[in-house]
Amino acid sequence: MKRYIVKRICISAATLLAILLILFLMLELMPGSPFNDEKLTQSQVALLNAKYGLDKPVFIRFLNYVKNMLSGDFGVSYTISKNTSITTLLATRLPISIRIGGQAVLLGTVVGLVLGLIAALKHNTIFDTMTTVISVLGVSLPSYVFALGLSYTLGYQFKWFPLLYQQKEAVKSSVLPTISLAMFTVATVARFTRTEMLEVLGSDYMLLAESKGLPGWRLILIHGLRNALIPIVTVLAPLVVSLMTGSLVVEKIFSIPGIGSLLVTAIQSNDYNVIVTLAFIYSAMYIGIMLAVDILYGLIDPRIRLAKEDDYEQS
Amino acid sequence: MSSHNREAATFEFKPDDFIMADNRRIGIDRVYPAQSYWKDVISSFLKNKGAAAGFIAIVFIVFMAIAGPYINGYTYNEQIIANQNLAPRVPVLENWGIMDGSETMNTSTGKVTVNRYVDPQKTTGLENTYYWFGTDVLGRDVFTRTFMGTRISLYIALVAVLVDMCFGMSYGLISGYFGGAVDNAMQRFAEILNGIPTLVIVTLLMLVLKPGLATITLALAITGWIGMNRVARAQVLKLKEQEFILASRTLGAGDFYLIFKEILPNIFGQLIIMSMFSIPNAIFTEAFLAFIGLGVPAPLASLGSLISDAFKSFTTHPYMIISPVIVLAVIMLSFNMLADGLRDAFDPKMKEM
Repeated sequence: MKRYIVKRICISAATLLAILLILFLMLELMPGSPFNDEKLTQSQVALLNAKYGLDKPVFIRFLNYVKNMLSGDFGVSYTISKNTSITTLLATRLPISIRIGGQAVLLGTVVGLVLGLIAALKHNTIFDTMTTVISVLGVSLPSYVFALGLSYTLGYQFKWFPLLYQQKEAVKSSVLPTISLAMFTVATVARFTRTEMLEVLGSDYMLLAESKGLPGWRLILIHGLRNALIPIVTVLAPLVVSLMTGSLVVEKIFSIPGIGSLLVTAIQSNDYNVIVTLAFIYSAMYIGIMLAVDILYGLIDPRIRLAKEDDYEQS
Repeated sequence: MSSHNREAATFEFKPDDFIMADNRRIGIDRVYPAQSYWKDVISSFLKNKGAAAGFIAIVFIVFMAIAGPYINGYTYNEQIIANQNLAPRVPVLENWGIMDGSETMNTSTGKVTVNRYVDPQKTTGLENTYYWFGTDVLGRDVFTRTFMGTRISLYIALVAVLVDMCFGMSYGLISGYFGGAVDNAMQRFAEILNGIPTLVIVTLLMLVLKPGLATITLALAITGWIGMNRVARAQVLKLKEQEFILASRTLGAGDFYLIFKEILPNIFGQLIIMSMFSIPNAIFTEAFLAFIGLGVPAPLASLGSLISDAFKSFTTHPYMIISPVIVLAVIMLSFNMLADGLRDAFDPKMKEM
């Protein structure tokens, strides 16, 4: 197990380093220099270079860059809000994005679990069909389609929820974005729970538990669902990806002041530094979550750990 | 024995005492022709209603993508500013009161139904004009643009399959076949690349290159093959120790021959399924990129950029956004159903996974 965890951590660190290297090289290879004012003399440029450490060898500069990025010093924004440090820009935006993402995960998982459970218990009935339809739709439709549909019907026609995000009504205006983001999670989790649950319900240990006379809910929740839940960890990876990409469009549609809409604005206004920073943050979050998922998975189910260790030793 | 013969001799047989056995009775011993693998695949594919429906929908959409932009005489980039924001109007349906070119607008005085094609008070000059899906804010025909956009989505689907089939497959086959240090290096590289979110790769590419179809293709080529590589590698690992490979190797087959002539045909089914599953993903990525403004440059249109443009006025003119959304949804849905059906048909064991 230790060996497995160490390997996972090494790969994650390598990935993070690779991303930093790519970002650094992109900054290096961009044409022009920060001091291309014609009034500056050669010696002044040299002084400025020395001040910002740009006269050092590439390798030292890369190390400095890594140090800055990891310690949260991302530099300043160029165009979105001139000369504001990006850390300040992020300070208000990151919590909003994380809150809405978290709400979506929570809502999606709970609804998905319930739907999948009902579908498995009432196999081959109308509930089952409905769950299948919902899960196919949820996987097939991009989250912005849900976002547009919801904001047109519930937001515009019925006026139940604000069309655009308002800081004063943070809870009410995060309802629609949360639902639109959660749809993919609902679909994936429901589909997975249904399949796993059907398998578990047909297993011998469920028959044993039932013949011991366990009450219905205990049988289903403690003996059934718990075993069905283990493999659900595997769908977390696509979920994280969908939440990240989804957050971009959903935040744009509802004008939520989060990091997704910041990235869209930065791309559209070519704010290079902000894009690079957000690319780094997204990657770091993704790598962190993947690492956690892999380790968690290994801890939950020893069979997987052994299989993966074998896999690593073979390869 | 002898008594039998004597007894038998006393009988007299009539012509109808014995009749020929019909086929049904001797059918017990009959050997039926073996159902070939592909026949089996096709028949179980056709039995799956969802998959068949998906297939028909895809054929229809491919047809519309080829023919659609030439059907009604408008071009995708012709702007008629006078005809901007017209609601959909279809020749026959207009008599039934739907899609007759009228739209309900919310104004300060309440809801008003406007029909800009036909006006009893004055001639509008548009009495004989029909825009089936309406026009956009620049007076371009939404119908033509929608199916021009469909072309781009289908092109993306093709790219996804090609990347999977050419690059991902070869990468996985080679990595799995040679094993050892080669495999280790190749898989670690893939793992690191996989650790970078697609979103980030695409965004960074867009910074360096200019947005456009070529950039999107490149982005898909960089990220699209990793899943396929895994499946191909896993399948090779399963097969490469089997006897028929050993037999072929003993007969002097080289690595290249073993990989592509012996192993590949045996795992092709799984690989096709995998590549089908990557299609919706790729189409989705393109639509998403277009939505955040990194799509094909105007006046070209993709479904994503159409949705993105129409989004700006979708509370006043919702019809502009409806047709691209529906087409996109149908494409995604049918490719998903087709992939599901193919998986079940190729490999019944994988069902319900």
